[in-house]
Amino acid sequence: MEVQLLVTCLADQLAPEVGEATVDLLERLGHRVRFPEAQTCCGQPAFNDGFSAEAAALAARTVEIFSAPAPVVVPSGSCATMIRHFYPGLLERGPHGPAARALAARTFELSEFLVRVLGRTDVGAGWSGRVTYHDSCHLLRELGVRDEPRRLLAGVAGVELVEMAYPEHCCGFGGAFAVKFPEVSSAILDPKVESIIATGADAVVANDTGCLLQLAGGLRRRGSTIRTLHLAEILASQASR
Amino acid sequence: MAAIATRDFRARAAAAAGDTALHRKLDAASLRFLDKRARVFAALPDADARRDRARAVKAHAIATLDTLLPELERRFTANGGIVHWARDGAAACAIVLDIAARAGVRLVVKGKSMVSEEIGLNACLEAAGIEAVETDLGEYIVQLAGEPPSHIITPAIHLSQDDVAALFTARLGEPLHSTAEALTAAARRLLRAKFRAAGMGVTGVNFASAESGTLVVVENEGNGRMALTLPRVHVALMGIEKLVARDEDFAPMLELLPRSATGQTLTSYVSLVTGPRRNDEIDGPEAVHLVLLDNGRTRLLADPIMREALYCLRCGACLNACPVYRRIGGHAYGYAYSGPIGAVIAPALLGIERVPDLPFASTLCGACRDVCPVRIDIPRLLLAWRARIAAAVPRAWGERLLVRGWRWIAWSPRLYRALTPIVRAGSALVARIPALARLAPPLAAWRRGRELPRAAPRSFHERWRDRRHGTDPDAP
Repeated sequence: MEVQLLVTCLADQLAPEVGEATVDLLERLGHRVRFPEAQTCCGQPAFNDGFSAEAAALAARTVEIFSAPAPVVVPSGSCATMIRHFYPGLLERGPHGPAARALAARTFELSEFLVRVLGRTDVGAGWSGRVTYHDSCHLLRELGVRDEPRRLLAGVAGVELVEMAYPEHCCGFGGAFAVKFPEVSSAILDPKVESIIATGADAVVANDTGCLLQLAGGLRRRGSTIRTLHLAEILASQASR
Repeated sequence: MAAIATRDFRARAAAAAGDTALHRKLDAASLRFLDKRARVFAALPDADARRDRARAVKAHAIATLDTLLPELERRFTANGGIVHWARDGAAACAIVLDIAARAGVRLVVKGKSMVSEEIGLNACLEAAGIEAVETDLGEYIVQLAGEPPSHIITPAIHLSQDDVAALFTARLGEPLHSTAEALTAAARRLLRAKFRAAGMGVTGVNFASAESGTLVVVENEGNGRMALTLPRVHVALMGIEKLVARDEDFAPMLELLPRSATGQTLTSYVSLVTGPRRNDEIDGPEAVHLVLLDNGRTRLLADPIMREALYCLRCGACLNACPVYRRIGGHAYGYAYSGPIGAVIAPALLGIERVPDLPFASTLCGACRDVCPVRIDIPRLLLAWRARIAAAVPRAWGERLLVRGWRWIAWSPRLYRALTPIVRAGSALVARIPALARLAPPLAAWRRGRELPRAAPRSFHERWRDRRHGTDPDAP
């Protein structure tokens, strides 16, 4: 089928390999990926900071840019949540209301798209090493996705999944929160980094570039060499097949 | 009024975030309660349906508060009690002082009550020359320390056993390095004497039934029951939102409150107060007063979005679940109610001008909503406060510039893509000369506890074009 990729601004600028991996993976599974090049940012930073008008403007733009009927796949639970849960309310009184609801209904985070929509848990990937999975908060609690990423990881040849203590505890990123309350954000990150290191994993996997930046920042500050990988990067890999 | 320091949140939170000893104490208690909560909820059949039912009970009560409150007054009065209405904290304190004065009370023993903390009752009593003694062990400890409680149900969560031992040595002359048993025994000995001598007991109220006028007081130490039975006069302090319509509504609440708060299936003491001592009874108080407190709650009631905050049972589960609370503790919030629920109700009870930061001090992770026994959608309420605060309280110019600037850049695909080389160059420059991050406050803030990410050599937009034009060697 044809799918549209919403890559997210964070991945676009800071982790484009996430977008590439998502495209490689979806194409390998036989799908045609469209990337609407007018896309920028979904507006979540403004929305979370209370700037509703600014957020609504960017939401309306995004609704227009993704007007094609194909499902929209997002390699981020947070940006998918913004579209799914917050666009309809933000745009309900304007002309974009119906289109926002329709977009919300066909927007999926990557792992939920693979498992719930496509019914795939084995995507033919191979990656050799021990990984631990961090539950991103919006993915887990707004979209209710807990098992899908784990089932996908279990389907990767060569991957050993080790659970960290409290994988569902927040990493402390929280968007602007990370720089508005930097001491608190870093203090939340500390136990998360400790529990990642304690697993002895080669890599920590998450489905949100925001969380991965926070985790990488904490791991590198401690001199840890544990890699931070988006799930898409593992699923796109065929290293040990 | 109680000392309210919600405006100092940023500085207090930053300081607490660096206090690793505090983190250990908060984790020890919060994670233990959280784990126990998870176990007892897993063992509770139809737990989610029970939460829905509890929410429905509260929703019904709050929606019909205007008829239920007068009904409660009628029933409580018919039971021989006396009802007082207090618009705010000062009025509530004045009512309690008046009751004490009329009964000639010099000593008050107190069961645990967050409303009492909210209105600063102890300070009012002391100013009138009346001794007020907290009898819940945790509350007693923080009273000795001269501090407010730092958790809704675990007031001394920020103190270790060693801290308490040192405090008891300094204030009570207990031997150094006493065991937990010895410390508890010392408090018990001292408090027994206070119970015998007190003329008045003050408690909170967990639930009240409009149907029968019955008050329910839930606690674990028996001190609450003693405070409401031993002294001549019992004064119950109650926020108006604690009401339920019928006696049978107690059941779903009593099922969920202890499970959520401490992971207990039932607390040790559940007292049902149905009025003063009757002629054929040998104990109980001669007079029972119920003080019904508004203090801003009707503002929440009139607010269709925020109203559900009134469903709160004050179980404290959202504090235990909150990653922010577990790193800064309750004192940082500067208000009786801390944690996620505190950040929701403080702006309503105090006004947003006095609470400009609390709703922003959340990662919106949603763990609070997951553990809330009545499913208050705290993240949504925090977002709603953020929008209101952003509209009413001017943000710093730098923040406005960033958000508004980003809106215009992201509005235009051309501008957005033009930004990429600038981000890349800036990122490379900061990587080479880290001191430059100081010129950009968000970068400097990030670097406090984390290494900065590097902008990618080519953005995804650029790589996509490479792919489509066949210049990407990896493209199929």
